[in-house]
Amino acid sequence: MERRRIVCDAKLCTGCRLCEFACSLTKERQFALELSRIRIVQAGLGQTTATLCRFCRNLSCVNACPRQALTYSADTATIELDKGRCAGCGWCIEACPFGAMVLDGRTKTVAVCDVCYGLSEPACVELCPQKALTVQALNKA
Amino acid sequence: MYSYRGRYLVIDLTTRTAEVAELGHSLLKDYLGGVGLGTRLLYERCPEGTDPLDPGNPLIFASSSLTGTMSPASAAHAVVTKSPLTGLLGDSLSFGNWSLSLKSAGYDALVITGRSDTPVYLWIDDDYVHFRQADGLWGKGASETSKSIRSQAGDGRVQVAAIGPGGENLVRYACISNDGYRQAGRTGCGAVMGSKRLKAIAIRGTQPVSVFDGDEMRRTCAGLYSRSQAARKQNFRGLGTPYNVMLLNRIAALPTWNFQEGAFPGAEDVSGEKLADTCLARVVACPTCPLGCEHLYSASHRDRDNSNIETALDYGSLSALGPMCGINDISTILKAALLCHSHGIDTISTGNAIAWAMESFQKGILDRNDTDGVDLAFGNGEALLQMIDLIGRRAGLGSLLAEGVMRAATVTGRDSDQWAMHTKGLELPGYDPRTMKTQALALAVGLRGGYYNRSSSYELDMVHILDRMESQTGWGKLNMEQEDLAAIFDSLITCKAMRDSFTNFLPEAAGLYTVATGIEMSAGDLRLAGERINNLKKVFNIKHGWKKADDWLPPRLLQDPVTFRESQSVVLSPEVLRALIEDYYTARGWTSEGLVPVTKMRELGMADILEEGNS
Repeated sequence: MERRRIVCDAKLCTGCRLCEFACSLTKERQFALELSRIRIVQAGLGQTTATLCRFCRNLSCVNACPRQALTYSADTATIELDKGRCAGCGWCIEACPFGAMVLDGRTKTVAVCDVCYGLSEPACVELCPQKALTVQALNKA
Repeated sequence: MYSYRGRYLVIDLTTRTAEVAELGHSLLKDYLGGVGLGTRLLYERCPEGTDPLDPGNPLIFASSSLTGTMSPASAAHAVVTKSPLTGLLGDSLSFGNWSLSLKSAGYDALVITGRSDTPVYLWIDDDYVHFRQADGLWGKGASETSKSIRSQAGDGRVQVAAIGPGGENLVRYACISNDGYRQAGRTGCGAVMGSKRLKAIAIRGTQPVSVFDGDEMRRTCAGLYSRSQAARKQNFRGLGTPYNVMLLNRIAALPTWNFQEGAFPGAEDVSGEKLADTCLARVVACPTCPLGCEHLYSASHRDRDNSNIETALDYGSLSALGPMCGINDISTILKAALLCHSHGIDTISTGNAIAWAMESFQKGILDRNDTDGVDLAFGNGEALLQMIDLIGRRAGLGSLLAEGVMRAATVTGRDSDQWAMHTKGLELPGYDPRTMKTQALALAVGLRGGYYNRSSSYELDMVHILDRMESQTGWGKLNMEQEDLAAIFDSLITCKAMRDSFTNFLPEAAGLYTVATGIEMSAGDLRLAGERINNLKKVFNIKHGWKKADDWLPPRLLQDPVTFRESQSVVLSPEVLRALIEDYYTARGWTSEGLVPVTKMRELGMADILEEGNS
């Protein structure tokens, strides 16, 4: 599978957070914005953009995990989590320079964007009213 | 229970106690949430004769069925209380992340009563309610207060609603700000909060919102998002609401110099087009809104500190602080709006009150002794800014103007009530009703006083559904339907800017309600809920001293003509207004005195209210 990621055009983003609603409904079957894999961040008044996993080559999250709960799968081109191994220690959260890892406080496990693997289009990209989100293919090399 | 929480929080600031109360299915279905639920709770808890600034006046924040879901433009809350301006029902809406936090903390509403001895703020952490000392925050602006509480909490999830100095000083039209820059603006809820010595309400809500049918909700919402992009793009996304300046100026409905005229010679200088060309910084959206109409402007202002202004500005604020006061300089208007926000006072009432003072100055009723030497002439931008500051601090003439135009004119006397532009004590917004007859009716009978947003009847005038210069039998019914629709929007809650994105509002909105809550709701049920909510507002008003004479317009609108297309002059006659009001009462099924008959209340399923001994 080709590596892909979702990118946000900050010029189009209005900060409406509908991407967070779409993500949490798709992944959690409820509206729990804290568990959304995509997040709206604000720099100044009205200066918003979305951040999420950039599928970087460093794999700092995978490397930081002390229990080998996170792995990078070349088949799906996503970071996969073995929930049984995850203890919610938060090392991956600290390691990720993009703030992409999400902690579920109730189950003490983490979650991260998988570009809605298995769906024809990621939920956030499909529902963004401003069309600010797009799927970007990353070169293999 | 889906989406709804089925409970609300009652906080007594006198005893510093909090308890949870239940909310049943049937009450929620009957009153929906938002303004409807807030009005219902206020009706139960505000005894007759309560002064709005007494500890016994409950300050209610109501969430709703769609809030917290992906339903478009639904991240809102209603603030409902007995208004210090009108002494009648006061309700105001605001949108933002604070609204989402209220819902995710697990409550459909907060009811705040009593009065603290010393300044406090509430810190609601899901199930835990803390009363915290606010001495250090007293005197600060809402935005600064929000920043300070959030940085102390060290958690970005904490959201804050707060009052500024205007609320602390009991300016009768003080507002409650949330997210640092959004306001529940009209009818003076900020003064009620100030009277309770409650500086702020900080909430961290972490509980998810579950809906009855998420897949169906997603399908319905996706359709609405995409239709919203086609509808109203120009008005909302393009120029934003300042788009109205040139439109209203063309049809002589842009209130100028305190309603002395309906067109402003400097209109082009303060138009949406001019703003977009010169100082538009960004267009942003409230949470869950696919439209995004909030225009943020940035400009430098040539004053003592040559400051850089960065603020949102909507048409309502622009018209009141601009043409109403004869101001044709954009940077002054932006500066004025920012100053209102930092004092935490309603821009519309503030501009209107200053316009009244300017006209009084023009007529020699107020002179330089009254104004501390300020030349309070129409068009004097520096005087406008000074007055706003005086109002927020309740100093000098500001102390009089902080009472609102109705009380200011009563105190001042000398016929100054002839140009006090309010109905029921609420200062009028920027749509001149002389050239918009349905709007005239809406402003006269408005259940929270003179404002356009609780009926949106100006739409009928503006889109030429009817001849806005005429008046006919049947328009009373049209206004009633508009008011009932508005009550549904305000209670579901959905922002009225989404109006045109629905193909057939009642069935679609009823469908959204059902997929969110799992409670069966037909288009007919929903229409009836709107009617019920407005009748309850009316019954509340009657209980709290409403008189038939309150349903009327200021004398100027019924005596002085407004010039239209240079040759024609238009006046609204008392006979025409009286006929419109009678037609409206008949449509509502009210008596000719404007009272709600017992049979009407039974028909609307309000028997439980009757049992409490009111008729």
